[in-house]
Amino acid sequence: MGIALEVKQLTKTYNNGKKALEGVDLSVPEGSFFALLGPNGAGKSSLINILADTVKPSSGQVTFLGKDLFTERRWCKKQLGVVPQEIAFDPFFAPRDILKIMSGMFGVKPDMKWIDELLERLELSEHAKKNARQLSGGMRRRLLVAQALVHKPKVVILDEPTAGVDVELRKRLWGFMRELNAAGTTILLTTHYLEEAEELCDHVAIINQGKLLTSQSMKGLLDNVGSSSLVLEYPEERIVSTDIEQKLADFSPRSQGNKVTLCLKKTDGHTNFNDAYQAALATFGEATSVNIQDEDLEDVFLRITHENQT
Amino acid sequence: MNWYGCWTLYSRESRRFLNVKMQTIVAPALTAIMYLIVFRYAMGARSVPDLDVPYFEFLIPGLVMMAMMQNAFANTSSSIMVGKLMNMQIFLMMAPLSAFEVTLAFLGAAVTRAAIVAVVLLLVLVPFSDMHIEHVWMILFYGVCGSIIMGGMGMIGGMWSKTFDDMALLNNFIIMPLTFLSGVFYSVKQLPESWQAVNHFNPFFYLIDGFRHGFLNVGDTDPSQAVLIVSLATVTTMFACWQLWRTGWRLKD
Repeated sequence: MGIALEVKQLTKTYNNGKKALEGVDLSVPEGSFFALLGPNGAGKSSLINILADTVKPSSGQVTFLGKDLFTERRWCKKQLGVVPQEIAFDPFFAPRDILKIMSGMFGVKPDMKWIDELLERLELSEHAKKNARQLSGGMRRRLLVAQALVHKPKVVILDEPTAGVDVELRKRLWGFMRELNAAGTTILLTTHYLEEAEELCDHVAIINQGKLLTSQSMKGLLDNVGSSSLVLEYPEERIVSTDIEQKLADFSPRSQGNKVTLCLKKTDGHTNFNDAYQAALATFGEATSVNIQDEDLEDVFLRITHENQT
Repeated sequence: MNWYGCWTLYSRESRRFLNVKMQTIVAPALTAIMYLIVFRYAMGARSVPDLDVPYFEFLIPGLVMMAMMQNAFANTSSSIMVGKLMNMQIFLMMAPLSAFEVTLAFLGAAVTRAAIVAVVLLLVLVPFSDMHIEHVWMILFYGVCGSIIMGGMGMIGGMWSKTFDDMALLNNFIIMPLTFLSGVFYSVKQLPESWQAVNHFNPFFYLIDGFRHGFLNVGDTDPSQAVLIVSLATVTTMFACWQLWRTGWRLKD
């Protein structure tokens, strides 16, 4: 499998002196469903806007489907569809016309069958002839998705496309994206809904403060970085004294009221659940309830971005 | 060349003003008619000194040219401003269109709007006078060049302006004075000598005078000199638009 997108040492410093990107590296495999995560202000949108050619980079290199993005822009643009984060719409036209115009600007004679299919899949058929001003926020966002897909790009970038879209519709939108991905389209996605990224994406990268923190397969990230913990509940309050803390140092114990949490470690695919449970039994007595909590993407995300800050 | 993309952008820019033709065509026509009515009765049957032309006939070509220039400016500047306001210019930047193609499409639409406004105005105004076309080439040359220059300035102004306030500033303090003081309402021969000289530094003066020359066969400038100056101004404006768009001036910073 080839590389759809290879970003090397990309930097961006805005005119006001704000450093948005400080040498980001990123490699997106062709055909992947790639999640780009990071807290607000991490530089995700700056990166995407540079790829979309709406912002100039300060320095760095980008290879897009094997070609230099900055010297072969025109070819690259034809293979790329971008859904911008901020809602934008053309107040002079209706969705069907907007899609025809967008297709034409890409040098593609409007394929009305595809445009109708897009309108239908994104549930805009009923509103196809209304002026874009009359559309609701969610509809405008779906129109942005349609605009990004109208020229049938090989790589699609979605910058938080589901903000303000209701749950039902979000599911259907993701169903559509999955189909496109299955048909060979590379999809790069930023989202604030981490469970969405976890469910949809096979690769994940986390950036913060303009730098790449990690980039790997979603499974790899959840397996290797993601640990789980043992949560025990007791009839009465339990306090982790310094003494206990030393004794159970392996499990970094912490308590909250009648709840005690012990961190588990994974070695060769086995967790040390038994050791932890035995240690807890010896220290705190019999528990009323025992639970294993898997660290999900959100925990991993928070931990990695937090580690980076301290 | 992405000709199809360039054509699509041109037709989008043209359909945009046709969708709101009350504002973009009917309103300018009405404004020009009102000027004409006011001056018709204020000036009566007086002639322009030194030119031996009825003031009323002198005024018509000037008003038409002024409307063309203002509309060419408005078309590009408002398109880019609304684009910025609606965050819509990103679609233009994401599309595989070169700066040359974008410039061509924008200026083409500006000329189209100016031409439509000119035809509408002439159809409305000419029946009230007995003027006729003397030099077609002059009318076309100055009309098209004037629209390109103003369309180009509108593009640059649109890129430069961050807000509608900036745009209003540009319009009221640069564009309006230059058009009003360019000889639409008077012959420069009526001015004191020193001011006549100043007028020769106003590029709009050559445009209006040349355009009028095409109808009345009289003018304040030497046509061969004016053709040179106007050609140079047109090429410079187009080049500036192309370069500024290519570097993403104030759009991609």
